[in-house]
Amino acid sequence: MTPARPVHRRAPFALLLPALLGLAFLVLPLVGLLIRAPWSDLPRQLTTPEVWEALRLSLVCATAATGLSLLLGVPLAWLLARTEFPGRRFVRALVTLPLVLPPVVGGVALLLVLGRNGIFGRWLDSAFGITLPFHTSGVVLAEAFVAMPFLVISVEGALRAADPRYEEAAATLGASRLTAFRRVTLPLIAPGIAAGSVLAWARALGEFGATITFAGNFPGTTQTMPLAVYLAMESEPEAAIALSLVLLTVSIAVLAGLRGRWMSGS
Amino acid sequence: MSSSLDARLVVERPGQTTRAGFRLDLALHAAPGEVIALLGPNGAGKSTALRALAGLLPLTAGHLRLDGTTLEDPGTGVHTPAEARPVGVVFQDYLLFPHLSALDNVAFGPRCRGLGKRASREAARPWLERMGLTEHAQARPGALSGGQAQRVALARALAVHPRLLLLDEPLAALDARTRLDVRSQLRRHLREFEAVAVLVTHDPLDAMVLADRLVVIEDGREVQSGTPAEIARHPRTDYIARLVGLNLYQGTAAGHTVTLPDGGPVLTTTEELTGPAFVAFPPAAVTLHRTRPDSSARNVWQLEVAGLDLHGDQVRVDLTGPLPMAADLTPAAAAELDLAPGGLVWAAVKATQTHAYPA
Repeated sequence: MTPARPVHRRAPFALLLPALLGLAFLVLPLVGLLIRAPWSDLPRQLTTPEVWEALRLSLVCATAATGLSLLLGVPLAWLLARTEFPGRRFVRALVTLPLVLPPVVGGVALLLVLGRNGIFGRWLDSAFGITLPFHTSGVVLAEAFVAMPFLVISVEGALRAADPRYEEAAATLGASRLTAFRRVTLPLIAPGIAAGSVLAWARALGEFGATITFAGNFPGTTQTMPLAVYLAMESEPEAAIALSLVLLTVSIAVLAGLRGRWMSGS
Repeated sequence: MSSSLDARLVVERPGQTTRAGFRLDLALHAAPGEVIALLGPNGAGKSTALRALAGLLPLTAGHLRLDGTTLEDPGTGVHTPAEARPVGVVFQDYLLFPHLSALDNVAFGPRCRGLGKRASREAARPWLERMGLTEHAQARPGALSGGQAQRVALARALAVHPRLLLLDEPLAALDARTRLDVRSQLRRHLREFEAVAVLVTHDPLDAMVLADRLVVIEDGREVQSGTPAEIARHPRTDYIARLVGLNLYQGTAAGHTVTLPDGGPVLTTTEELTGPAFVAFPPAAVTLHRTRPDSSARNVWQLEVAGLDLHGDQVRVDLTGPLPMAADLTPAAAAELDLAPGGLVWAAVKATQTHAYPA
């Protein structure tokens, strides 16, 4: 018998070449962004009131959208993971639909339902004087629409991984289902909720299509960072690059935050 | 019968393509202070029965009454949910909440039953104290040893003052050394417990040491019930004969001897112990003789044959006298000894064949 020896086999060229091309394709644009960045002019670019306004609005709206997603998404995830009802698989598919739906379509759909002449929007407008489109609250709704599925999927996964017998143990100690959820299940799935929130927040921060369709592009009320980048590209490319750098930094920070949770596949 | 537990548990699980259907039909009665062990092989329905008692699994039929109150009766539509039953459960792997300290785990029940944060902790503290865990009050379950976790689980179940205590394989998760300690502590706590306790185990020794009465179940049905000694001496099936093949005595140890109560016989053991102790030996360790054996065996008694039963290829002999016991021997040996009910015979057990441990 020959002794086992680590075998170093060269990767076939037909696989290596496209792999490296793919890597370059993903990395080079970001490198380009760094190269072309107006580093000397950056402080001035980033301190203009327009940029601050867009950044502030982006952070506020993404955080509010994440809050809304938590409020509605965690119970929805619980329903999907812990109860049996007819059509549960169908409901689950519906929840994940915004993940694959073009965000513009989401914006159009939101407009048709919650727009001033929409099915609910008309009623909201006449009964309460609430107008959602082209308002900051519209940005939050549009972002939550595309971001919430990330949170639901993440929390549902955490719930399925959590042992339901802890809830049974809580029940034998006198806890109602709600108490068991609040005092036992929630702390157990906290890491999953945190990961889902970060993902949803990042998705909300970068939201463009649904936002511009449903909420429009008004500086100070609905113009978030991605919208400002798009607009700046037309008139002032330098500013667009500066804004893009800010978003890139935030993305890297999110990735670093999630590292060790989901990126530890190796 | 004025028992405080009166139940007939019928749980049906319809057959599916992947597994066969299952039906549990088990009557259970117990008086306050009684400890019942459900004993049986895997898949016999022990855990199903326990879950039904806890309210985690609905009854298909039958009834469950505790202290005269009907907790469940599918016939009349009564179903008290688990959280409203005066029942405490010690789960097999304890299921201590990993994010709470030992103290808060025990305080969880009192808190759910309406006490505030401070008051529930004050209610929990004496239970930890009783379990000797005061210095581990702030420890998370992950930092506790198996034996400590088991005691926290018991404290948590007792802290809600249950009228029915359920224990699912309470010693199965422990290693052999810890098991002995925890078993004797658990036995003491069960003795102090004034309501009904039902424990599920597949280990006959645990069942015999901990319980006043055994209920052996197979395929969802009771095959035999009675005190451990009754069942050991009169096993009704081959399975039970193999399962409960153990002679078990309680006495006071002093060095290599254990004296049974009321000036009873003295057993010689290999283990050195002092204080309350158990001695156990399997029926196969007993040798029977027509005349007094002059071998080195110190444990020799003259006993009377009370009965003979053939189980598989073994004859189990029921012996009465100063030290009632069961003995197993081959049919040939039984014939040679000419054993018959009422006859006298000498029984010997080598000290090396006995096993003594603290009670």
